[in-house]
Amino acid sequence: MASYIGSATSRVDGRAKVTGEAKYAGEFNVAGLVHGYVVESTIPKGRIARIDTSEALGIAGVIDVLTHQNRPPMADKDDAYKDEVAPEKGSPYRPLYDDRILFNGQPVALVLAEDWETARVAASLVRVDYQKEPHITDLHAQREKAFASDTPAKPRGDAEKSFAAAAVRHVAEYFIPTEHHNPMELFASTAMWDDGKLVVYDKTQGVQNVQKYLCGVFDLKPDEVRVMSPYMGGGFGAGLGPQYQVVLAVLAARALKRPVRVMLTRAQMYGLGHRPASIERLALGANGDGTLAAMTHEAIAVTSQFEEFARNDTGWGNLLYKSANAKFGHKLVKLDVPTSCDMRAPGAATGVYGLECAMDELAIALKIDPVQLRLQCYSDRDQGEDLPYTSKQLRECYRAGRDGVRLGQAQGGAALNARRQRTGRLGHGDGRVGSAADAGHGPHRADGQWPRGSRDRGFRHRHRNLHDHGAGCGRHARPADRQYQRQARRFDTASMPAGGRIVDRVLGVQRHREYGPRGSW
Amino acid sequence: MTPFQYARANDVADAIKQIATDPSAKFIAGGTNLIDLIKYDVEGPARLIDISHLPLRSIEPTAAGGVLIGAMVPNTDLAYHPLIEERYPLLARAILSGASQQLRNMASTGGNLLQRTRCFYFYDTATPCNKREPGSGCSAIDGVNRINAILGTSDSCIATHPSDMCVALAALEATVHVAGPAGARTIAFADFHRLPGNTPQRDTNLEPDEIITAIELPTKGFSANYSYLKIRDRLSYAFALVSVAAALELDGDTIKEARLALGGVAHKPWRSSAAEAALLGQRADATAFAQAADWLLHGAKGYGHNNFKIGLARRAIVRTLGQAARRTPQSISDKKIR
Repeated sequence: MASYIGSATSRVDGRAKVTGEAKYAGEFNVAGLVHGYVVESTIPKGRIARIDTSEALGIAGVIDVLTHQNRPPMADKDDAYKDEVAPEKGSPYRPLYDDRILFNGQPVALVLAEDWETARVAASLVRVDYQKEPHITDLHAQREKAFASDTPAKPRGDAEKSFAAAAVRHVAEYFIPTEHHNPMELFASTAMWDDGKLVVYDKTQGVQNVQKYLCGVFDLKPDEVRVMSPYMGGGFGAGLGPQYQVVLAVLAARALKRPVRVMLTRAQMYGLGHRPASIERLALGANGDGTLAAMTHEAIAVTSQFEEFARNDTGWGNLLYKSANAKFGHKLVKLDVPTSCDMRAPGAATGVYGLECAMDELAIALKIDPVQLRLQCYSDRDQGEDLPYTSKQLRECYRAGRDGVRLGQAQGGAALNARRQRTGRLGHGDGRVGSAADAGHGPHRADGQWPRGSRDRGFRHRHRNLHDHGAGCGRHARPADRQYQRQARRFDTASMPAGGRIVDRVLGVQRHREYGPRGSW
Repeated sequence: MTPFQYARANDVADAIKQIATDPSAKFIAGGTNLIDLIKYDVEGPARLIDISHLPLRSIEPTAAGGVLIGAMVPNTDLAYHPLIEERYPLLARAILSGASQQLRNMASTGGNLLQRTRCFYFYDTATPCNKREPGSGCSAIDGVNRINAILGTSDSCIATHPSDMCVALAALEATVHVAGPAGARTIAFADFHRLPGNTPQRDTNLEPDEIITAIELPTKGFSANYSYLKIRDRLSYAFALVSVAAALELDGDTIKEARLALGGVAHKPWRSSAAEAALLGQRADATAFAQAADWLLHGAKGYGHNNFKIGLARRAIVRTLGQAARRTPQSISDKKIR
């Protein structure tokens, strides 16, 4: 296959991953490890009236069942639960904190047993009685109650008036249902003790975020808890912030004074954050020549009853399509669900989906090729900021796509040819209509430092605690870490192949790096 | 999940004897559905009787000109067996459009008939379900019922049977061979699965102390004009929203015999003698196919989220009959529907 960008490079951890040598958060073992199994709420809203754990406790091998009634102390201020990626507005969810049920699938008890299977059997025997309250989980039924949350992109001109006067008008609504991350690796945390200090192996992209969060929730000093995440089997955004199982693992480790692992099941992972369902409403007004006169994009997205998670769904048209008149609006609807969170291209994936569908449909209304419409509306400026791009190659992409189609035809794409002649345009069925995604992100920045004395044979080592989230940026350099190796021996763990070397091409300079663990210290 | 005892049956007689002495026991073969149901606390047998080692793994031609398939033949072996590929390609295609390779490797022929509905509420023990807990009510009727039935439903249950293989077996008019304490008997495929009525807890007419030993295919395999079309939310590893098994015998353009069965729409593979009769003697064209679709979908009723299935089924029937007539059966590998 032809290579368009650079040359193929094997992942440095590829071998460890495919051979099963790579250890994930739920795979670190230590003598005396206790296994936790979560009991979830079966109602979306109300209060826990009674929890009967007697039958579960009667099972041989069950050590304890933690509930809001018998858990060790936890912080009682919202600030402690606000991790770095938590929404600014609201009161973050606190696992096993009190008797309130805020969403279906919320943890209401943690069964602790000598092995996972016993914990699972016992979990099915925990009886929970609820005082149910009426719930609402349907976005459409609540859309009239939508409220403005964040500030959308600035308006330009008079979108309504220009739309009303436009030669061709297209109004459409697109509904995007909830999307769950549910990455391949189950969310899991293993909390161990090391000389009275906690070492937590967590499935997370942000070890420092989790460490800081745990310090707040459990009133710990930073040197009392270390968070490790040597490998991660997919995060897609769900791994950015702490998930509830890390609280439960630490809570149980503190309650029992033993090492504890809590691993969620795949089904339980539907009780975590997700990409919110949204309604994208587009109103596009076109001039007779197929240029845009007005663009209005309004989005309504879901958040929980207790936090306001908002991302910019609208405003992407500013980057893509020239329109003298534009208006944007973004609202939220509160439902009895877990707070939504970031997922791959938050805001853009949903907003641009609506925008591009509307552009395709506008092209049909204008009876012109949808690619042609995009070329006619092509914007060389970010109209929101009113700044030119330093570079934008989308026009060339369209051209390459068009050439690709011609090549396909030359190679005997008779059916496609017939379709083009019949319809006079390209369609989605041809799989060749260009779309645009945000390319505006800067390079991901890691929280890092250049440690003193880290120069070695002319090469530099750099500490970094941002995690590979699957795209292959896991070039976490760290000098050989004696403390880690000591710990690894003690816990019979070897999360990283010793003395692995990385060739880093980022700066165009070959730098060999040894890589060590990715931890919060 | 409840702990259970495990025992192995040595032969069919032993299996029948073991199940007779312990009514709370269940047979387990491939376990591709039962294990899930146990894990989800939907089923909690006190004892599992492993029948996977029974000598029921052969696929043999019968004296009558058909084929006898042992109940323990894995779905994969059945789909790729030369006799099935050549003479009953409709069955092979239906099997291969279901589940995943790994599941088909484990799943047995007999077990495929006995798999239980994937209705969300049947699996969610926090909700009422007449199939799981008779008399508790049906959550699907007023719930999220996108995947549920549109035909043959009752006020007690709108669950569907999830199998693809069974849709083809219904169209091919297979016979189910069973054995029990009273001896062996056969059940016509159309009589094997039940409609929910007010006993949705009973999926089939197999008695609790009986075991499936074989499936018999009749002589006619419709290997020239057939197609199995499965419409689902994902292109693989998903249950059918609607599936159609169509088999025709043509004389030129004229339909001499027709078989038509739907999956994903009812508590059992859905057939209608009126629909098949309506095709006889007709020219194999869209008009005739649309008439057959009307007959087959007579009385179809949506429950809100699944209303779309009625129109979808109508178009799928016409499309599949067209594929069968043109001798261009739906491809399993190239999933584009033509």
